[in-house]
Amino acid sequence: MIAIVITIAMTLFAVAALLNLYRLAVGPDIVDRILALDTLMINSIALIVLADIRMGLGVLFELALLIALMGFVSTVAMSKYLLRGDVIE
Amino acid sequence: MTPSPFRSRQFWLPHPLFSLFLALLWLLLVNDFSVAHALLGLALGVAIPFVTHAFWAEEAKIRRPLPLLRYLLVLLVDILRSNLVVALRILRPARHLQPGFFLYPLALDDDFAITILASTISLTPGTVSIHHDAKANTLLVHALHLEDEAEAIATIRERYEQPLEEIFR
Amino acid sequence: MTSIDMPWYLQLIVAAFLLFGALVALIGSWGLAKLPDFYMRLHGPTKASTLGVGCTLIGSLIYFSHQQGGVSFQEALVTIFLFATAPVSAHMMGKAALRRRLPGVPQTRNMPDR
Repeated sequence: MIAIVITIAMTLFAVAALLNLYRLAVGPDIVDRILALDTLMINSIALIVLADIRMGLGVLFELALLIALMGFVSTVAMSKYLLRGDVIE
Repeated sequence: MTPSPFRSRQFWLPHPLFSLFLALLWLLLVNDFSVAHALLGLALGVAIPFVTHAFWAEEAKIRRPLPLLRYLLVLLVDILRSNLVVALRILRPARHLQPGFFLYPLALDDDFAITILASTISLTPGTVSIHHDAKANTLLVHALHLEDEAEAIATIRERYEQPLEEIFR
Repeated sequence: MTSIDMPWYLQLIVAAFLLFGALVALIGSWGLAKLPDFYMRLHGPTKASTLGVGCTLIGSLIYFSHQQGGVSFQEALVTIFLFATAPVSAHMMGKAALRRRLPGVPQTRNMPDR
């Protein structure tokens, strides 16, 4: 049962990632693109975790943690750059 | 004779709660509850605040831990509820929505408590906090569907801000 | 996949968490793609995507706790991290949007003129 559910869930997350890519391509402003990238990061965490269950490894959560960290830091850095024209004050 | 700064707790252990939190975080991160890792975690918990305490603001005082637990439970329920509300609003056609901004006057004055309140507002029904004005002590909030401004402010006040005041004061 | 030895009720719980999480996250991304202005688009990802991924992680936590014996906490750490950081990044992006004077939809109430 879980194998089927994982296939369905991965499909749904893949569609979500495609919707994020659409927003990334369309824009209209750069802040929209940052938001799209941030959401893409969050969805890719879920995809990694699902792939982890599917392959039965149980070792990929470090990857998920790293991507969560990178996504947060880069989102804040880019917003900060737009706010002040400088990443570190 | 004044006591030497090297013998005070303030010098060696500026944030005891933060140190404990770091040690616990280390144990969860390695997922190995052995004595060796507990000692390593405690060493990190002492070393990291010692090196970085110049960057940290004053530690917030948590007066009562029990209301904090109740607050977290309320928050969990509200996150689930808000997601249903937001999901329904997203699925409806967008022209039925009435988005709007409103200014929320803060009663809290502790930075940490304000951070928690702003995060709570962002995670709960249809509102995102966007800007904190430190001079006027207000939060600028965007609501996905704003019907009654005064009612939205009153809900935030009694549901989230008053419990937070109780916890941090 | 070695989920054969898992009792059926645990399988059901894990499946429910995974499906619910995927659906909620999809609705969040759908909102990101379809809502008309930036401030409204901010709502989808901050709430729905965070909860969706959180549910997926909790499903994975239950699954691996059963498979490997004992509780594995790392997924819970990722979930807590996501819930703590999502409001902060939303706040920063909202500030950046206000600073760039992005227009809202015409019916927006009290549009700040900064």
